[in-house]
Amino acid sequence: MVKGRDDFVIAIRSAFLKKSYQQKFSLLTLIFLSFIIIILGSFNFKAIQYVKIGIKEVVYRSSFIVSIPENYLKDLNIKIKEHLSFHDQFKKNEIELNDLREKKLSNDFLILENNKLRELINETVQSEDVYAKVLVDKDSPYLKTIILNKGSKNNVKIGMAIVDNSYLVGKIIEVNYTNSRALLLSDLNSKIPVLLEPIDVHAVVSGTGKNYGVIEYTKDEYGQKIRGKEIIVYTSGYGGLFKSGLPVGTILADNLNKESKVSFFSDFRQLDYVKIVSYDIGSNN
Amino acid sequence: MSSLNKNTLIKSLLFYLPIFLLFLSVLNEIDFNYLEIEYFSFNFAYILIFYWTLKNPRYLNYGSIFLAGLVNDVVVGLPMGVSSFCYLLICSVTAYLRNITITPNFINDWISLLFTILVVNSIQVISLDFIFSIEVNYMRYLINSGFTFIFYPIFLFLFNILEKKIKIQKND
Repeated sequence: MVKGRDDFVIAIRSAFLKKSYQQKFSLLTLIFLSFIIIILGSFNFKAIQYVKIGIKEVVYRSSFIVSIPENYLKDLNIKIKEHLSFHDQFKKNEIELNDLREKKLSNDFLILENNKLRELINETVQSEDVYAKVLVDKDSPYLKTIILNKGSKNNVKIGMAIVDNSYLVGKIIEVNYTNSRALLLSDLNSKIPVLLEPIDVHAVVSGTGKNYGVIEYTKDEYGQKIRGKEIIVYTSGYGGLFKSGLPVGTILADNLNKESKVSFFSDFRQLDYVKIVSYDIGSNN
Repeated sequence: MSSLNKNTLIKSLLFYLPIFLLFLSVLNEIDFNYLEIEYFSFNFAYILIFYWTLKNPRYLNYGSIFLAGLVNDVVVGLPMGVSSFCYLLICSVTAYLRNITITPNFINDWISLLFTILVVNSIQVISLDFIFSIEVNYMRYLINSGFTFIFYPIFLFLFNILEKKIKIQKND
């Protein structure tokens, strides 16, 4: 028994402390070092922040270069799929285009009317746009984030909205000097206040870690209201981060799980360029 | 003379191939996510580190593994040091296994890998969820561990071929 314990201790000691051939550090030293880095990382010392930013600048650029072949394969895969469904897609698009032309006319009128009404109540919505390229788009199974090539140098700040055309995609969570990281709406940690239209119900859309979100924290029971209707999810503007009315997605009612899934308008796997927007909602009253 | 130089170059390239693959996998996250198979993902870095440090840590030194972990944290967006810690835990298990094993056995190694990735992923999930308050999908971690375990024999086969080539080059 004692001999067995001795063998165990010897094996553990040898594994952790012995520096084998071509090893500059023992395992124990490096484990301690990573532990120290984890602890130091949770403090906001300026020196540590600068070191972190420096490492991130280098790693993001390297990751972009290394990802070029994989991104090429990804694009090729998408192109082949698109090519195979080309004819069917064309027919669908033709019908949709005619439908949209009709809707655009009434939409233009609504925009003009909306602007006039805003002028009447002296409300202004000013926005600053920065166009950014998606450097790294890691569809990681754990965290859904993208890295953009604009940072504090371009006045990007934490909390700014990320939009793809006019659809909301996410928000900035980390800013470095020349790049930044955005948390996508599909991430488990993403929660945004929304408005369900046309039923006019306020809710929160939470990410699921998959390619859809779920509706949470509604004040009223809305299950009956959405039956048989096409529900569009817009930002409600609560919290002041995003302006109200940014399209997020549509609701797919899932009766089996008794939860409402939100299908996002934007395909987060195909983001090449996005717009970083900050809104300044003011009233002259 | 030129053939001698060529031989030395191939020898060094093959010797550093595991390190190159490790950094490539952490910078690029080789996970075939673009195949759009829901839930499909595996941790190539875990397999690579487990295999090469179990075989011989000369091919993949601990310092490089530590650095690769830091790079992985930056790319994935995890708090810095978490991946390095997890990778080094795998190295600890393989170092222990190397010390207690006289005759390597594939089944033993395979089961040890399952045990190791379950422990390492549990530590990662616990630290992210409870210490850093980053919500993670437990099911995804579990499935990722499952696929990593299933894919080990395939990569074992490929890495065995590579290791033989490295040994042959070394003996030349």
